[in-house]
Amino acid sequence: MAVIFELAVQGAQMLLVLLLAPLLIGFVRKVKARLVRRQGPSLIQPYRDLARLMRKEVVLADNASWLFRVTPYLIFAATWVAAALVPTFAAGLQFSWTADLIVIVALLGSARFFQALAGMDVGTSFGGIGASREVMIASLAEPAMLLIVFSLALVAGATQLSTVAAFMGSPEVGLRVSLGMSLIALVMVAIAENARIPVDNPATHLELTMVHEAMILEYSGRHLAMIELATFLKLLLYVSLISCVFLPWGLAHAGAGPKALAIGAAAYLVKLAVLAILLAVFETAVAKMRVFRVPDFLGAALMLALLGTLLLFVSRSL
Amino acid sequence: MISIVAFLLCGPAALLGTAILAAAVSRRASATSLVYGAALAISVAVLAIVAGHLAGNPGEVSAITLPLGLPWTGARFRLDGLSAFFLVVVNLGGAVTSLYGLGYGRHESQPHRVLPFYPAFLAGMNLVVLANDAFSFLLSWEFMSLASWALVMAHHRDEANRRAGYIYLVMASFGTLALLLAFGLLAGPAGTYAFDAMRTAHPGLLTAGAVLALMLLGAGSKAGLVPLHAWLPLAHPAAPSHVSALMSGIMTKVAVYGFIRVVFDLLGAPAWWSGVVVLLIGGVTAVLGILHALMEKDLKRLLAYSTIENIGVIFASLGLALAFKANAMPSAAALAFTAALFHVLNHSFFKSLLFFGAGAVLTATGERDMEKLGGLIHRMPVTSFVFLVGCVSIAALPPFNGFASEWLVFQAILQSPELPQWGLKVIVPAVGGMLALAAALAAACFVKAFGITFLGRARSAVVGQAREVDRPSLAAMAVLAVFCLLAGILPGFVIDGLSPVTLSLIGESMPVQTAQPWLSIVPIAESRSSYNGLLVFVFITISASLAAFVIHRFASHALRRGPAWGCGFADAVPAAQYTAVSFAQPIRRVFGGFAFRARETVEMPAPGALEPARLKVDIHDVAWETFYQPISGAIDFATERLNHLQFLTIRRYLTLVFLYLVILLLVLALWP
Repeated sequence: MAVIFELAVQGAQMLLVLLLAPLLIGFVRKVKARLVRRQGPSLIQPYRDLARLMRKEVVLADNASWLFRVTPYLIFAATWVAAALVPTFAAGLQFSWTADLIVIVALLGSARFFQALAGMDVGTSFGGIGASREVMIASLAEPAMLLIVFSLALVAGATQLSTVAAFMGSPEVGLRVSLGMSLIALVMVAIAENARIPVDNPATHLELTMVHEAMILEYSGRHLAMIELATFLKLLLYVSLISCVFLPWGLAHAGAGPKALAIGAAAYLVKLAVLAILLAVFETAVAKMRVFRVPDFLGAALMLALLGTLLLFVSRSL
Repeated sequence: MISIVAFLLCGPAALLGTAILAAAVSRRASATSLVYGAALAISVAVLAIVAGHLAGNPGEVSAITLPLGLPWTGARFRLDGLSAFFLVVVNLGGAVTSLYGLGYGRHESQPHRVLPFYPAFLAGMNLVVLANDAFSFLLSWEFMSLASWALVMAHHRDEANRRAGYIYLVMASFGTLALLLAFGLLAGPAGTYAFDAMRTAHPGLLTAGAVLALMLLGAGSKAGLVPLHAWLPLAHPAAPSHVSALMSGIMTKVAVYGFIRVVFDLLGAPAWWSGVVVLLIGGVTAVLGILHALMEKDLKRLLAYSTIENIGVIFASLGLALAFKANAMPSAAALAFTAALFHVLNHSFFKSLLFFGAGAVLTATGERDMEKLGGLIHRMPVTSFVFLVGCVSIAALPPFNGFASEWLVFQAILQSPELPQWGLKVIVPAVGGMLALAAALAAACFVKAFGITFLGRARSAVVGQAREVDRPSLAAMAVLAVFCLLAGILPGFVIDGLSPVTLSLIGESMPVQTAQPWLSIVPIAESRSSYNGLLVFVFITISASLAAFVIHRFASHALRRGPAWGCGFADAVPAAQYTAVSFAQPIRRVFGGFAFRARETVEMPAPGALEPARLKVDIHDVAWETFYQPISGAIDFATERLNHLQFLTIRRYLTLVFLYLVILLLVLALWP
């Protein structure tokens, strides 16, 4: 009975992230619109967009190969699995030990690998420009992310997210310089990975500085829907990650009953809303950077993360 | 009862016999199938014997002394856990490469320059791994080097190949010299060249440091450690592709074997600073190797540079194992050492696979330059699929094998804050950062390798005639692709298979992994870290199929082919696509300045002039300019000066001889 309940909770988490991801994007867009005194589209507009894309026909470039058609499903699957393994409302779920934080980062790397390949498949300049810039950004963001993982692992003594979350919720954490640095670095990496302002602009199209949109330019219809959904999931993943590691309050722990789970779910929604508002305010307040300023931005994240890790090697209490 | 090592020695003996036979019949049409078939059969037989040994009692040591070689030492051979593991790597690689050679060898224009040396090369590698005294080791090592040199020179009419062969020969001799000195130091004044005697000698601190440095020079130059790597990207691609696979995938591993045998086995307890040196060299090698690979546009050279990166990863985790071993942290040392050996196995799989793929492209198009390829996924679907598997594996992406071993390396790094020395505390996180950077750059590099070669539109007419390659080649690549997946989703079996080796060299092994629920791998404790490649693979497969099913059940099926959109400006000429060089441009701008003193200059025509503007990119191999050019310049200078000694009169020669005698006598007289 207990196993079935555990499986049900795990399944609920998988469905929850899938259903919440478009809502989160809709919420961020709404807040951004309100901040510049526009009405903005409705909260459920991303769902409508997905449904519309699903109904449309796919226009495939003459030169597109099987890889181009398989990639949307692969990207979606890798991102969904990664997002479902990050604790949202409860830690220590049935399959949480399948993958630790390093694996989750690497799963997103797999998704990006195929996305960049798909960008090069048709053989247009836009696809190439997007892919080459994406791998440049990733080549700095990924090591920064791994160093952040190192810092967290050294503080909590584990790379297992559930254990990290449990440790961060306990009183032994205290205030640490290294954690502050990791938080800043993690936010910077999350902004770059999700192609948000100031690294990339999710709202533009046909701009020479775009990265993510350039890679998926040739996609349409149901394929585009899959890729968009994966993008939404990725933002949700990073927001969940930040909230489970740095705002672990209310998180239900392994073997928790329905009441704790309900509290966890409510707390999770509040955390999502707060972080989404912060993201919207930040994006409204800053301007997009030139592409070749991005390495400086990510280099700063990398250095912060490295410094945090070094501090922990020097003393475990810093 | 004949010992098992005697059985195993029949393998190299049979290979040498094949080599002699091949020299006799190499100009006949059937020679290709005969030689590769024999090599395949012998490799499989050796593999079967080793497998039987490992299944029975893997810890058992079997030794034999043959009345050959040095009269007072004899030729000693020995099979222990480490030799058995590397025998598996060598013969698995040898078997698959021979299978590939059955098809690829048929396209060889000058088979008589390849066939006799190919089995000899395999025999040399087998003998190095089995040797149990310095003399047999060095003899086999040199034999392996010379056989591979002959293979590099197979197409010696090409100027570039001759230059590669020359540099390889110089570097190989240099490496053997360093090894010779290392063994001389280990043997000590008594001159005991048997490994068994060296093992009990326990040299002093200074000698141990000198031996470590000489091993880094000797084995490191063969493996391709920076800055001794300069020959590798020249020589590996110059050989026929299946030999490139052997050199990159297997011979570099034999060099790693030599390093492990001496530093972990013969040298006794390590000092902590030896870990620092090896770690640092490994980290720098990993980053520089992959950055150079990113700048390449020749597919085989790109693969050769990526070998340097992987060797860096292996040496970094070996350095970590040394540091842990020196500080009496055996479980962490076992983790790092297992990670290194696992990566050795993995790299032998995917690097051979990728070189086979490059060979298939070369057969189909006659082209190695990626700037002239593109769109091969339409012409060679099977090759491109297996090459993609190789790319995903080498880019360390789950659930394939490259990720499993890199994950173990990262887990080992996370054990290191307990290390007491400050030097290590500062170096280890920095090297961890370098390895993370190398992993991310490797992904970028193989997006480029696959994307430019196989995707996009054809950049030249050669692609139009490309056809899928022959069946043996495809079978060899498919076998390796399956290995890559299996080692990725079932890493527990590999780790358990490695535990006798770790146990004998480190004194402890990782906990038994195959007993874990659901076949997860758990290096220390489940609450700390665990990874289940099998479940990740199953989850991805299920969610992808589920998504595809739901989409095809409920969403629109309509599909229309049309011209590429490209924002309404689809470039008509395929040459306007992104190329290998332009793909790497953002990364070159970020890292190029310090890594290769890259400079970009734009030559603008005068206003109104009609010639095109040109972008010039200068890339320098810093190691080449800092180390090799001054040394070769000094040698040139010295030979130039000494040259006129060749043209003296007989009287002057006699004077010189007389003077030399006087000096010698003076030295003898004055010697205390």
